[in-house]
Amino acid sequence: MRPGVYFVDGGIACAEGALYAGCRFFAGYPITPATSIVEWMAERLPQEQGYYVQMEDEIASMAAIIGASWAGGKAMTATSGPGFSLMQENLGYAYLTETPLVVVDAQRSGPSTGQATMPGQQDVMQARYGTHGDIAPIAFAPWSVQEMFDFTVHAFNYSEQFRTPVLVMADGEVSYMREPLQIPKQGALPITNRRSLTSKHPRTGEIFLRYEMPKFGDGHDLLVTGSAHRPTGVRDYSPRYHRATIHWLFEKQKEAGKALHQEGLDVESRHLDHAEAVIVSFGAAARPSYQAVLAARKTGESIGFVRLKTLWPFPEEQLARLFKDLKRIFVVEMNMGMMVREIERVGCEAQVIGIPKVGGEIHRSSEILQQIRG
Amino acid sequence: MSQQTNPLGKQQEYYRKRYLRNLPTAFCTGCGNGSILGSFVRAVDALIVEKKLRKRDILCVSGIGCSAWIPSPYFKGDTLHTTHGRAIAFATGAKIMNPKLNVVVFTGDGDGAAIGGNHLIHAARRNIPMTVFLVNNMIYGMTGGQSAPTTPLHVRSTTYQRHPEPPFDLCRLALGAGASYVARWTTFHVDDIIASMKEALLHPGFAFVEIISQCPTYAARFFNEYKDALTPKEQEQFQRSPGAWMLKALKGKRTGKELDHPRYELTLKDRTIELGVFIREERITLTETLQALWK
Ligand SMILES: Cc1ncc(C[n+]2csc(CCOP(=O)(O)OP(=O)(O)O)c2C)c(N)n1
Ligand code: SF4
Ligand SMILES: [Mg+2]
Repeated sequence: MRPGVYFVDGGIACAEGALYAGCRFFAGYPITPATSIVEWMAERLPQEQGYYVQMEDEIASMAAIIGASWAGGKAMTATSGPGFSLMQENLGYAYLTETPLVVVDAQRSGPSTGQATMPGQQDVMQARYGTHGDIAPIAFAPWSVQEMFDFTVHAFNYSEQFRTPVLVMADGEVSYMREPLQIPKQGALPITNRRSLTSKHPRTGEIFLRYEMPKFGDGHDLLVTGSAHRPTGVRDYSPRYHRATIHWLFEKQKEAGKALHQEGLDVESRHLDHAEAVIVSFGAAARPSYQAVLAARKTGESIGFVRLKTLWPFPEEQLARLFKDLKRIFVVEMNMGMMVREIERVGCEAQVIGIPKVGGEIHRSSEILQQIRG
Repeated sequence: MSQQTNPLGKQQEYYRKRYLRNLPTAFCTGCGNGSILGSFVRAVDALIVEKKLRKRDILCVSGIGCSAWIPSPYFKGDTLHTTHGRAIAFATGAKIMNPKLNVVVFTGDGDGAAIGGNHLIHAARRNIPMTVFLVNNMIYGMTGGQSAPTTPLHVRSTTYQRHPEPPFDLCRLALGAGASYVARWTTFHVDDIIASMKEALLHPGFAFVEIISQCPTYAARFFNEYKDALTPKEQEQFQRSPGAWMLKALKGKRTGKELDHPRYELTLKDRTIELGVFIREERITLTETLQALWK
């Protein structure tokens, strides 16, 4: 869509963000509440000389975007809980092969089919630990329609910059809700494009695959494998090679964490000066949380607000700094208590209190107020 | 490597240099995978010499299993060695994103017909231009001889004393699903395989070639009836290389025709398997229909 202000749902915002970032390949399988992303991509991609393919399932969708990425395209898929579970094995493949791509999970209330159309935030640990083996993910958590657009653009940028899958952990609420969306002019938001191949082994002339992302069809004789491999791609199970690979994945995540912090994409804090307590939240749950903070402050309570824009890498250092002099930290999330465990690890001296909610309903700010006053 | 003493040494050296990475083979002695790789590079070379194919356009995609190792890491070209059963789905993304690629999938009977069966039928239905070489050794080789959906009824595997299920006819499956080129050969019929590979690589649509192959390490006993029929001298000769008499068993009986009628018939455990080209048809492809949406 042309630059301007539109009144659309989060799914459309996400899809438009992807197109803005240069996404030209989408493989997916319909699932509520990700359908609006899927349908919008299906309509819009052909207009941009791109490809929408409806695959036979989410396993295939994930596989196809990996193939498309190695064929040179910016690629993406979008799904919800059950589909996200099916994607895990191939997502792990994408981490190990350092394939840039974006996966959107519009989380719904599970487990299993659960409350199929209703929002949840129960996949945040699946984003962190869902696939087998050690991975070091990057995962954004948008809380508005605008952020569905912005964070999808950032997700593509980080995926290209760090040659890694990046997750947008949305939820049923932010992907279905309608709000004004500002689409910026081309060039207003920076776009990271793929780095072509530069580094070759000084002696053998073999290609090293690091941040540069080569593509098929260029005569590089690429060896891409999900087995443990040497930097050249040759399968090799020796401990030293695989150890180096895994350490490298974690190193990249650390670098990404620094970049996210520099860009202000890790955490957002409001009203923290002289605050004794804070509400921490993310995604849709952060909306009533913020309302609760405003209401409490009106009655003179010294409470601040912290929102996680990225869940992974977990912004530990930044949070530790923000939490330093606090007495109480409330963690509002739409699950039985997942990110609260992470907060506990950096919670310093403060008492950490979870305000979980399941059942497919977003918290009401009055509920949150009751809990922080109780 | 003893290519010096091999009469084919020079010829092998030619293919090795151009198309293979210089790595020790991981396949067991007598395994069919080596000759399938050999057939593939010969087919590719012939097409390159005929100027019908560029090597840089070839992308080999494979799943998990011994057969998945045929191209990766041995083929010196672009290779994508993926997850178990999913090679065709990975290949679909690559082909759509860059239709210039000549995408070739190597898969096993477990990889392509059990865990990956769904991707196979949908790719056939879509008629996405790619070639699938399915190596049917009637067993799970890599994991140690467990039953596959292609294992003959009543043979012994490492999971069943008497395998209780009938095997898949994969060519019928591919035909039914809509593949526009379908052929089946065994590793015995090297010339036919090479000819069929050449056809399949140039076929403008979804091409499926099943290659019945020998896994001497885990599937030799499926061919016991053939072993029993060997002369004592042959028995002795083949003692140390079951791959050799298994190959003999894969020869089958010549019937002479193809299309509609099979070129050979192979009898295995009371089942007749037809070999030949079953369909060769031009139909609209997925890459064409997707690009038509641009207008
Ligand atoms: C999801 C998953 N399940 C199981 C395995 C284990 N596995 C590796 S290879 C294989 C069977 C391969 O059999 P086939 O495709 O017939 O190949 P072959 O080794 O016989 O050539 C299995 C089950 C795996 N790698 N991934
Ligand atoms: S186990 Fe069987 S299929 Fe695998 S390499 Fe050995 S002989 Fe070949
Ligand atoms: Mg097999």
